[in-house]
Amino acid sequence: MNENNPVVSIQGATKVFNEGGTDRVQAVKDVELEVYPGEFVTLIGPSGCGKSTLLRLIGDLITPTSGGVKVNGKHSKQARIDRDYGMVFQDATLYDWRTVNKNVQLPLEVMGYSHDDREKRAAKMLRLVQLEEFANHYPWQLSGGMQQRVAIARALAFEPAILLMDEPFGALDEMTRERMQLELLNIWGQTSTTVIFVTHSIPEAVFLSSRVVVMSARPGRIHAIIDIDLPRPRGFETREDPRFFERLTEVRECLRAGESGKSHVEGYK
Amino acid sequence: MTATETTFNFPHSILSAHRQRFRRLLPAIGLLLLGLLAWEAVVIIFRIEGFLLPKPSVIGATFQDQFLVVLPAGLFTMREAVGGFAIGSVLGIGIALATARWTLISEGVMPFAIAVNSTPIIALAPIMNNWFGITNPFSKMSIVALIVFFPIMINTVRGLRQVDPDALELLRSYATNERTVLLKLRIPNALPYLFSALKIGSTLSVIGAIVSEYFGGTREALGVYISQQAALFHFAEAWSAIMVACFMGITFYLLVLIVERLVMPWHFALRAAEE
Ligand SMILES: Nc1ncnc2c1ncn2[C@@H]1O[C@H](COP(=O)(O)OP(=O)(O)O)[C@@H](O)[C@H]1O
Ligand SMILES: [Mg+2]
Repeated sequence: MNENNPVVSIQGATKVFNEGGTDRVQAVKDVELEVYPGEFVTLIGPSGCGKSTLLRLIGDLITPTSGGVKVNGKHSKQARIDRDYGMVFQDATLYDWRTVNKNVQLPLEVMGYSHDDREKRAAKMLRLVQLEEFANHYPWQLSGGMQQRVAIARALAFEPAILLMDEPFGALDEMTRERMQLELLNIWGQTSTTVIFVTHSIPEAVFLSSRVVVMSARPGRIHAIIDIDLPRPRGFETREDPRFFERLTEVRECLRAGESGKSHVEGYK
Repeated sequence: MTATETTFNFPHSILSAHRQRFRRLLPAIGLLLLGLLAWEAVVIIFRIEGFLLPKPSVIGATFQDQFLVVLPAGLFTMREAVGGFAIGSVLGIGIALATARWTLISEGVMPFAIAVNSTPIIALAPIMNNWFGITNPFSKMSIVALIVFFPIMINTVRGLRQVDPDALELLRSYATNERTVLLKLRIPNALPYLFSALKIGSTLSVIGAIVSEYFGGTREALGVYISQQAALFHFAEAWSAIMVACFMGITFYLLVLIVERLVMPWHFALRAAEE
């Protein structure tokens, strides 16, 4: 994979909130990370270790205190202006006053796509997430899993280069969650999107990812990066593969080592 | 669709929805009739004097009798209420939008607005009579406008500001400008807040118009009629005019409710689902 240039390159990113105040927090410290085209990278770590902060730094929703993020060689701010990012949050964050179809069209409207183009793309996206029958429903008429699928359709509607997902399935029940993971991999397989995904579920991270970035807290930094070499396409049988369990154990041990402050012997690359 | 995913649908037939609503109203209608009957009975049984509390039947008869006086008076006062309401809402919404554009305004203005909103603005009625002339309808409209202005402005500002941070961040990720944020997010978000203030305002405006007429006004005004008839111990006449005032308040409220429903169909459906 490394023969390509990285899509995202995080260079010594550090974020301090409330600098100078008594509530000063160093959320993220000296993070170096490169993400390659078409990768599915997951950030995992204990709550408060700076996963969301790192994701928001990448998306230029907050600016780093020092260091920076480059996307295809551009500054992350330019990447945001160029509409390189699709965002998905833990809550679907659909607009109540818009139907499912109109919610998917929101980024397209804002970006000035023509009416016909909007309708066409939204229809295509809703087909991709299998919600075309619900195009004219309002968000509250949908279950949590369906709402999250609309959010994914919305994020993909303008074909962003990078999909940033912050615990998108965190609020779903286990069954729905596993089905959504499978659907996400399907969608990812059909598009050329690079995904950076935040979770605190170890099986979720292992199941989805090409690489799992294990973070440790206070200050948030990368503790280890683990390659997940499980074959694709992944499916229900993946979860029963002995190698799946090996990776689970590896990630779990890394997380534990990260929490106790010890450096992981060989994991850090 | 799978078993874990459920959807909720709008009522299938409009007709059955209306029938359902009517059925829900039945207890209220029954209670109203019962209340009127009890009122009538109490007045008869306890031999309450007509000038203290007339019987509903007497009020009804007087209303029929005074129809051609009370109704035009009601219309006159309603015009003041609606005029003042329109001025107050336009100003309230306008200034709220300005605060969204220039945050400094909202930081300067909001504390005062909230303070003024908790004062009895109606107490200014004699002053306004003095300023604009006691027979000038604008003296009443200005009171009504002031009364509705503050809740509408305060609520709209809240609605424009209290947007979901994720929803805001979503637009930021599309690199949108502030104008788009206002149009696509802040204004739709503020509509439920605005309409709850408009509903309060519709009731307040009728109260404001009538009470400020108690401090004097033209003979054609409902409030003037009520206070004069009461001064002459014509209580059945006063009560029949009060009935007109009640009817005006309720009608105005319902009108705003209908507009709300047309402007925010999503909100209505959502509320119906939450009930
Ligand atoms: N806007 C903010 N202001 C101040 N502190 C913040 C802010 N956002 C995050 N933090 C702090 O930074 C740390 C990392 O937060 P976050 O990135 O949300 O963690 P995670 O997503 O891994 O749970 C936490 O200690 C949190 O309290
Ligand atoms: Mg988080």
